[in-house]
Amino acid sequence: MSMLHLEYQVPGDDFTRAGEASGDVKHKLKKLGYEPDAIRRVAIAMYEGEINLVIHGGGGVAIVDVDPDRVDIALIDHGPGIPDVEQAMQAGWSTAPDNVRALGFGAGMGLPNMKKYTDEMTIDSVVGEGTTVKMAVCPGRK
Amino acid sequence: MPEFYHSVTLKEEKCVGCTNCVKRCPTEAIRIRDGKAFIAKERCIDCGECIRICPHHAKRAHFTHLEALGKFQYTIALPAPSLYGQFNNLDDIDYVLTGLKQMGFDQVYEVSRAAELVSEATRKLMYNSESALPLPRPIISSACPAVVRLIRVRFPDLCDHVLPLKSPMETAAIMAKKEAMEKTGLPEKDIGCFFITPCPAKVTDIKMPLGVEKSSVDGAIAISEVFPTLSHTMDRLESVEPIANSGIIGVGWSTSGGESAALLNEKYLAADGIENVIRVLEEVEDERIGDLDFIELNACSGGCVGGVLCVENPYVAKARIQRLRKYLPVSQNHLAGGPVPNEMEWEEELEFSNVMTLSTDLKQAMQMMVEIDGIEEELPGLDCGACGAPTCRAFAEDVVKGMCKKTDCVFVYRKEMQKVASTLSELEGFGWNGGDKPEK
Repeated sequence: MSMLHLEYQVPGDDFTRAGEASGDVKHKLKKLGYEPDAIRRVAIAMYEGEINLVIHGGGGVAIVDVDPDRVDIALIDHGPGIPDVEQAMQAGWSTAPDNVRALGFGAGMGLPNMKKYTDEMTIDSVVGEGTTVKMAVCPGRK
Repeated sequence: MPEFYHSVTLKEEKCVGCTNCVKRCPTEAIRIRDGKAFIAKERCIDCGECIRICPHHAKRAHFTHLEALGKFQYTIALPAPSLYGQFNNLDDIDYVLTGLKQMGFDQVYEVSRAAELVSEATRKLMYNSESALPLPRPIISSACPAVVRLIRVRFPDLCDHVLPLKSPMETAAIMAKKEAMEKTGLPEKDIGCFFITPCPAKVTDIKMPLGVEKSSVDGAIAISEVFPTLSHTMDRLESVEPIANSGIIGVGWSTSGGESAALLNEKYLAADGIENVIRVLEEVEDERIGDLDFIELNACSGGCVGGVLCVENPYVAKARIQRLRKYLPVSQNHLAGGPVPNEMEWEEELEFSNVMTLSTDLKQAMQMMVEIDGIEEELPGLDCGACGAPTCRAFAEDVVKGMCKKTDCVFVYRKEMQKVASTLSELEGFGWNGGDKPEK
């Protein structure tokens, strides 16, 4: 059990709301007086993940568990899944549609950035069933 | 000096305890307590939003009055360029500057002159790699004191992005005093520099400066205070002195985008209005802003012309300044070659001020947040403000911090009363008639 457990429903069809969950997490971590660099890393990584839920996952759930020594983030969707995770992790690889790119998203930096800003990251994906991305940020590491 | 000085204060007799200011405050610094607004000093950033919104004129800004000129042997007015936008049909800035002298100042030194030096210094810091400090990009302007204070209390990670240069007002005072000392032979203490200010944040910035240990400015007089006398004096001027000595760049600082345009680099963003400023800072913090070198932020809509101590509508003032700038040279003030002069740089780093957090102990803060979440669930979520807090969430926080009781919420109170009432009626059902003991 984490000390603080937060859950968010991320709608899959509304781009304008993407970033609300990660924004709320950032706001709460600031209220807690969490280490500033860890807050920044959580905010960036979770924002990227949240955008992925919207663009690719058709929406999903974001679960955040906060403890003094780590923040765990799980992003769960029941979207199409990732056929080749290794390829998806490469900078610049993108399957985002044109209308999404027109908004400035879908540059293929989402997953690489999430990896870059977090201390731990795993991706479990099954084609046709969905994807679960788990990340952890520990203050003082990186 | 007190620990906190604020220009923005409450005129208690005029406050009716409505929640307009409570809801408007960008740092959630105001609560209604015992029917009156109460400003939490450690959170207030002196942006002046509460002054702007209060329908009862119960919020006011403290500033220096003209009588203070008498304390000095030699006085210098430092007019903010936003002052020029307050007058209709003005086509020569010298009318304003001569008018100020006629009002009792011995000298006038335009803040826009110093602004041109700050612009040049910023360009040096940005592009000149030998003299440049490794400033993290984007660089955020330090000219608006309300924005600097906002960053200091809400954006810990952005403190080192703030441009470590003194504001044009500060630099103007330093230059003006130096000039006056040479000219008059008087010691510095006998020379008084008075900023003619569009906003209360500048008043606070003089008394409690950030980045410098002690301000060189001796007082700030509101534009609204000098305006009636000044416009009257200007109407009666027989001749004007050639004092004005700044260009498009300096005068442009009065409106949003002016400071950025002076950097001659298109990779900038200029936002104004406190809500837009907060949104931009959130995006900078999340590294979503893209490739930008400079961010100019003004707490007031339109920039300094939107300051709450101005008399004219900001957009009208902006249009007038555009017209005034038209025939000015680009810039009339320049720095010597080489690095940025030391006296223009900040003397102290901007440090994060931990006033928004729940507790300095992380574990305790986390327990408090769990409690806050619990209380919030019991609240109606209407953010009605009747409890005196801006939102239900802020109220839940106040309860956990011990600043108020849960039953200060009218909805919680009603529920409690219903419980009491139903208990009573149950007791009545047992035949209790309000006497000593219910009979069973």
